[in-house]
Amino acid sequence: MIEGILIGLSTALSLTNILMVMVGCFAGTIIGMLPGLGPMTAIALMIPITYGFDPSTGLILMAGVYYGAVFGGSTSSILLNAPGIPGTVATAFDGYPMAQQGKAGKALAIAAYSSFAGGTISAIFLLVAAPSLSKVSLAFRSPDYFALMILGLTAISAFSSKGQFLKAMMMVVLGLMLATVGQDSLSDITRFTFNNMNLTDGISFVLIVMATFAMSEALTIIFRGKDPNRAAKQISLTELGSIKVNKEETIKMAKTIPRSSILGFLIGVLPGAGATIASFLAYGMERNYVNEEEKQKFGKGSVHGLSAPETANNAACSGSFVPLLTLGIPGSGTTAVMLGALLGFGIQPGPRLYQTNPEIFWSVIMSMYIGMVVLLILNLPLIPYIARILAVPRNYLIPLILFFSVTGIYLMSFNNFDIFLMIGIAVVATFLRLYDFPMPPLILAFVLGGLMEETLRRSLLISDGSPNFLWDRPITLIILLITVTIVGWQIFSTFRKKN
Amino acid sequence: MRISPTKFISLLFLVLSVFYLYTAYNIQVFAFDENAPFNARTFPIYLGWAGIILSSLKIILPEKVTTEVNHKHLDYKSIIYLIIISLIYAAVILKIGYFISTSLFLFASYYFLGERRWGLMFILSFPFVAAFMYLLHGLLNIYLRDPFLKYIGVMG
Repeated sequence: MIEGILIGLSTALSLTNILMVMVGCFAGTIIGMLPGLGPMTAIALMIPITYGFDPSTGLILMAGVYYGAVFGGSTSSILLNAPGIPGTVATAFDGYPMAQQGKAGKALAIAAYSSFAGGTISAIFLLVAAPSLSKVSLAFRSPDYFALMILGLTAISAFSSKGQFLKAMMMVVLGLMLATVGQDSLSDITRFTFNNMNLTDGISFVLIVMATFAMSEALTIIFRGKDPNRAAKQISLTELGSIKVNKEETIKMAKTIPRSSILGFLIGVLPGAGATIASFLAYGMERNYVNEEEKQKFGKGSVHGLSAPETANNAACSGSFVPLLTLGIPGSGTTAVMLGALLGFGIQPGPRLYQTNPEIFWSVIMSMYIGMVVLLILNLPLIPYIARILAVPRNYLIPLILFFSVTGIYLMSFNNFDIFLMIGIAVVATFLRLYDFPMPPLILAFVLGGLMEETLRRSLLISDGSPNFLWDRPITLIILLITVTIVGWQIFSTFRKKN
Repeated sequence: MRISPTKFISLLFLVLSVFYLYTAYNIQVFAFDENAPFNARTFPIYLGWAGIILSSLKIILPEKVTTEVNHKHLDYKSIIYLIIISLIYAAVILKIGYFISTSLFLFASYYFLGERRWGLMFILSFPFVAAFMYLLHGLLNIYLRDPFLKYIGVMG
């Protein structure tokens, strides 16, 4: 393992890669700060640029963007009460009241220190857990992978939006349907192309991400522009106050950070769960841990209340890389985008990545940590200046997002059919978003579609077309039982609420 | 009878799933693959049925959480303008080239979203796109096809 860490460090610490982490963190912070735009959009916008780099550098840039965007999301939560991503909603509960009390700088500093600590602790967990899990996951066979993908898709549907399980499952099916467009991987038979040559190679992953995230987010912001509930309640962006944290606040953070880190990492490892659930659970857990006097401060600017979700959401980000790097199966929408990018580089994540491409495996892990350091030492002092980006009028912001989306697709194919297709999908996605049809399940399903069909093909061929493969192996059976439990819980909660 | 927008979308999804399933059954597979445990049709057929079952459930079951959208608060005018501009942009990008089409797209988008600071609009369109192209093409060595700039000799 030490050798691997050294390989990772030597790759991650090259001048180009350090520069990429810095650029990634900075760009991610700016994009993540803009309400409505999250890490998925930020990473999607970066994908076309990374095609010019070698895989390690491209992934390091994206890891930097990821962490930057999560940090940026916290900034808009604290300053505007407008979380950039769902994972930072809980940050606003105590961060925004603190900012209203004239302690915005302090709130941002607490968020940054907590994120750093949560990220550091979980990076250590990742360092230890990933190689061990890689070895365990070598025992996984096609039926287990198929069951695991079913579990991931069910879990992300269950957790992505409250009370909208069926809608999310419909999005999963839509994502899988989109993934079947083009040539069948084994027989080369074209499917659902309707004799259109442009669809023979299937729909590009970047196109789907750009359409359902970057472009449709931009259109949604414009569409809901007249909604008075969505108007940002701005506090002064020029007077953020001191960023110094006193001794008493440090002690409070020191108590909160370890427990929130462990919780965040474990939640992040679970397929489909991720930063949002981790941050809410950490907030709830912290409220139960503190004394009665501190409990009263929750929702009014509590240090515990701000530190817990910030620690947990960053820890969950690292945790979500565990299933991606060890099993090749992303547990969240963001890691699904990363998987798409990895496949674009010709790299198949999974248990063998650890052996076949150790420099990529370790450099991604190490660069995550370097990203944390960069965020702390570079972004925190720059926050008063970066925060001014929040004042950029949407009249300029939206066309620029559209411009980056179209350019990304144009660079890939130099074909205007893809741009038309992207606009069409973005318009449909905008209306679906309006009625709370979640997009992350669609992306995860689209990315997993090919692999899912392949594992189902192998499983059915081995079992000669019999469904026995679903219960023949204990691992498959256990994973499917967990899936059934999640579906059962969703049905039960629906039934319970109706009564 | 009034149908909620969510149920209407589910109905559309049901129609899509039926069409998808019909198309899946009509996928031409090789003769030797026809009775194989798995062929190019198998997965799409499962998906088609899954789509039909899920959308039917959504239509039949009562809505636990209703999504209310106040249409008075939606800016239809701006979004229609933006979509039309984007479609025109997509249609002309290959003909008139990346630089001019993108600059005009940005300028028009700023205008239709209500911006009237002409100087700033200009800077954030033509010089901005030129700088971006230089960054991609000149510094990062990422090929950016522009037949017009190639024709006038600005790009190689």
